[in-house]
Amino acid sequence: MTNNGRPLSPHISIYRWPITMTMSILHRATGVAMSLGFVVLAGWLFDAAMGAETYVAMLTYLDTMVGRLLLIGWSFAFFFHLCNGIRHFVWDSGRGFEKTTANASAWIVLLLAIVSTALFWWASS
Amino acid sequence: MAEFRLPKNSRIKKGKHFPAAAGVGNIRKYAVYRYDPSSDENPRVDTYDVDMDNCGPMVLDALIKIKNEIDPTLTFRRSCREGICGSCAMNIDGGNSLACTRANEEVKGEVKIYPLPHMPVVKDLVTDLTNFYAQYASIKPWLQSRTPPPPDRERLQSKDDQELINEPAACILCACCSTSCPSYWWNSDRYLGPAALLASYRWLVDSRDDATGERLDELEDPFRLYRCHTIMNCTQTCPKGLNPAQAIAETKKMLVERKY
Repeated sequence: MTNNGRPLSPHISIYRWPITMTMSILHRATGVAMSLGFVVLAGWLFDAAMGAETYVAMLTYLDTMVGRLLLIGWSFAFFFHLCNGIRHFVWDSGRGFEKTTANASAWIVLLLAIVSTALFWWASS
Repeated sequence: MAEFRLPKNSRIKKGKHFPAAAGVGNIRKYAVYRYDPSSDENPRVDTYDVDMDNCGPMVLDALIKIKNEIDPTLTFRRSCREGICGSCAMNIDGGNSLACTRANEEVKGEVKIYPLPHMPVVKDLVTDLTNFYAQYASIKPWLQSRTPPPPDRERLQSKDDQELINEPAACILCACCSTSCPSYWWNSDRYLGPAALLASYRWLVDSRDDATGERLDELEDPFRLYRCHTIMNCTQTCPKGLNPAQAIAETKKMLVERKY
């Protein structure tokens, strides 16, 4: 689109993010994060197949501060993407588009994702 | 592609401050985007101190007061001042709405006013809506009927059929929704945007229209319709309380359902 030399009005820098917009960008971000996480998961399985010594070496990498943070991040990405994916399915059926409903479902999904991540780590520790 | 930074000629510079006259007690700051096409300067944000004891209740009242009493060069569109013409659509306090129906009281602190987002700026708060209107025209917003009307009267609708088009027909084409949508920001050359799609839906569900199939064919495109990712900014921001996001979802449903 040509602007005839006209300036472009500011957009993302001035727009106040509604919760639904934040959820949308998080859905995409968690999707990308999971794609990267699957590379690590594949490496993890590969090292397990290589035998005990390699597997233990891999675990020492994952059992660091950074490794743990990444794993927690990926598990959150998984739960968030799952819950918000269900929200999208409901939308696809034409339901839940009222402003109040969409805002409420956003907070519910966010809360569910956080609780699931916490439960997951509590159960596996 | 998503281009997050503004082009060089669009980056906003610090502007002037217009202080209130001495002795004015109840002051409100209005930070307003300014761009003068007759100068080579970049856009700027000017700040005006407005005497709220002598100002009407709406943001538009404050803008008119600024233009009348402080700075006559300030340029903006306005007409009906009652939320039906859609002229004074702009970005107020981070959200798109009509200046005439947005109360000053609803905004906390400094009132920040920008033109509709991600649009070419003609002057100050006036944006170029050529592409927006062209997109509206592209969905053929008129009745397409192949059956002749009854000879003795107009085409009648049942009450239920009329109610289907009631809400989408209430759109005033102010462009608040389309210019609030990040998908539209990054792809307005190919994505029709919520306003045009809501208008399209209004004809898709019209019981008197016979072109439903052709209308859907036109929309079945990765960009025109399917750039909608249900971000919901359109519905959140619509000053008329309409729901373009739902209309788009219903349109997507119609496209799926006609296959089976």
